[in-house]
Amino acid sequence: MKHAGGYIADSRIRAIEWLPWAFALLCYYAAPSYLSLGSYILTMILFALSLDLILGYGGIITLGHSAYFGTGAYVAGIVAVRLTGEPLVGLLAGALAAGVLGLVTGMIILRTRGLALLMLTLAITSVCFEVANKATSLTGGADGLGGFSLLPILGLFRFDMFGKTAYLYCLAILFASWWLVRKLVYSPFGASLTGVRENNLRMHAVGAPVYQRLVASYTISATLAGLAGALLTQTTQFVGLNALGFQLSGELIVMLVLGGVGRIYGAFVGPLVYLVLQDYLAKRFPEYWYFGIGAMLVLVVLFARGGILGIIDAGILRLRRKS
Amino acid sequence: MQDFLSSLVNVAFHGIAYGMILYLISVGLSVTMGLMGFANLAHGVFAMAGGYMMLSAMSGLDVPFPLAIVGAFVAVALASMVLERFLYSRLYSAGELEQVLFTIGLIFMSVALARLVYGPLPQPVFIPGYLKGQIHLLGSGFPAYRVFLIVFSVALAGLLWFGVERTRWGAMVRATVDYRLMAQSLGINTARLFTLTFGLGSGLAALGGALGAEIIAVQPTYPFEHLVYFLIVVAVGGLGSLRGPFVAALLIGVFDTACKYWVPEFGSFFIYVATIAVLLWRPEGLFGKAT
Repeated sequence: MKHAGGYIADSRIRAIEWLPWAFALLCYYAAPSYLSLGSYILTMILFALSLDLILGYGGIITLGHSAYFGTGAYVAGIVAVRLTGEPLVGLLAGALAAGVLGLVTGMIILRTRGLALLMLTLAITSVCFEVANKATSLTGGADGLGGFSLLPILGLFRFDMFGKTAYLYCLAILFASWWLVRKLVYSPFGASLTGVRENNLRMHAVGAPVYQRLVASYTISATLAGLAGALLTQTTQFVGLNALGFQLSGELIVMLVLGGVGRIYGAFVGPLVYLVLQDYLAKRFPEYWYFGIGAMLVLVVLFARGGILGIIDAGILRLRRKS
Repeated sequence: MQDFLSSLVNVAFHGIAYGMILYLISVGLSVTMGLMGFANLAHGVFAMAGGYMMLSAMSGLDVPFPLAIVGAFVAVALASMVLERFLYSRLYSAGELEQVLFTIGLIFMSVALARLVYGPLPQPVFIPGYLKGQIHLLGSGFPAYRVFLIVFSVALAGLLWFGVERTRWGAMVRATVDYRLMAQSLGINTARLFTLTFGLGSGLAALGGALGAEIIAVQPTYPFEHLVYFLIVVAVGGLGSLRGPFVAALLIGVFDTACKYWVPEFGSFFIYVATIAVLLWRPEGLFGKAT
């Protein structure tokens, strides 16, 4: 499998890496009536990017990443209801809360591996879900949390009803996060993460601080997931229990795998394809949609482990060989 | 005091009934995970299939209860062996991520299929006339069906114990769990053993799903909704043993029932917290072997 990043890789940004951003800006002008879907896709790309950092590079398999997404989402909502409508404050608070939760839980669960780790991530999400479900005075319980209004960003950009500000807001946050993740992945830190994924024992043997590296990446990933959750709350002005659900974690993994794991841009392609298709198909044929998603997962695992980008890579390779 | 005692007895009784169903469903998962190291998240699908099969056989075709149960067991066991041969076996050497993804895919497909065929609502449950009513014991009444559930499951567990501890097949399974390569070089056909054991485990799950339809409602989201509980039983009990999931299922059944009876405002909170605590204390589970 080919992976982006590494210590010896050329870390300069290649021309093709600007393509997603150009495409995102193009969409802003070309499809103004789809901007709310666009904001949602950008949010999920950020969420998938956070998962790619630990799953694709660190090799940590988690079924509970929605715990951090949901924490960010709820904290941003609670800040908006109780403290202030300033979006950046809510955003930072959400990311910080998720990061702290990621640090604490990461320190505990990353001592285990395999089934126990899988189970612990699942259990932590379930605990968060139950807390949000039962602490109705704070979170609104099953009804969700809504009915708050946000001030203009930095006092300058007001959230408009067409979702223009929201879209650009998501895009800016995603860009900053992408830059950070890319820096990390191409750094020695990223190289050592990949090493842990490829051969845990050997990394121990060469004296790398494996546990510390995993906890650090887990915390960063949780922070980014919280950021994505907070963005979702602010752009939709609502947060419900499904932000913490196990099904969201499942869908997230599906999106990332569809795009391609451990290559940064898989996190861009996967959610885009998945959510556009979902918007188009799921409302009309929900049963067939879920069946199709399941069948696609099975086929990807059996025949195309690199996802969409992996298929494209293989195609390019074949073309080059022929010529 | 009298009230407290009777509610204590009630919680214990219903908790044990629930625990036995959890055991029937999860024991196969524990054995296949221990035997093949396969993270099969789709195990609940077999339980759901068993439930649907029994209920539709009884309502649509008027099949008597015992026959419907046996039918569900056999049909699901055979179908799962086909799945194992053609799909699962390709992924034994693949990574954990691939296995997780593949089985999540299976869950998605089965949820969609179930909704397509049976609709989104839970299926109505049929209990044969001779298992309705109450059995009076020591001054309090217990639903006859649940008494039957407990007796039947305990008998099955005993049979399973006999099979694994006292028969040639059981010795082969234990040898393969302990050291697969050595078992292979001794001439044990591990591929066939995997298929048979997988079929048996799935069949037991189908039994659990069918018998437990009254406790765990049969509906399309079944494999997703109860996955956490099946996995908790397996993880807490430890992989590859019979005793582990038995004790874990009983503990979880009683503890969960007690929590929902006395502190319903906390829901399943304590179960998850207890699971986290157990796994941190013993990551390999209560009866698992340290690796």
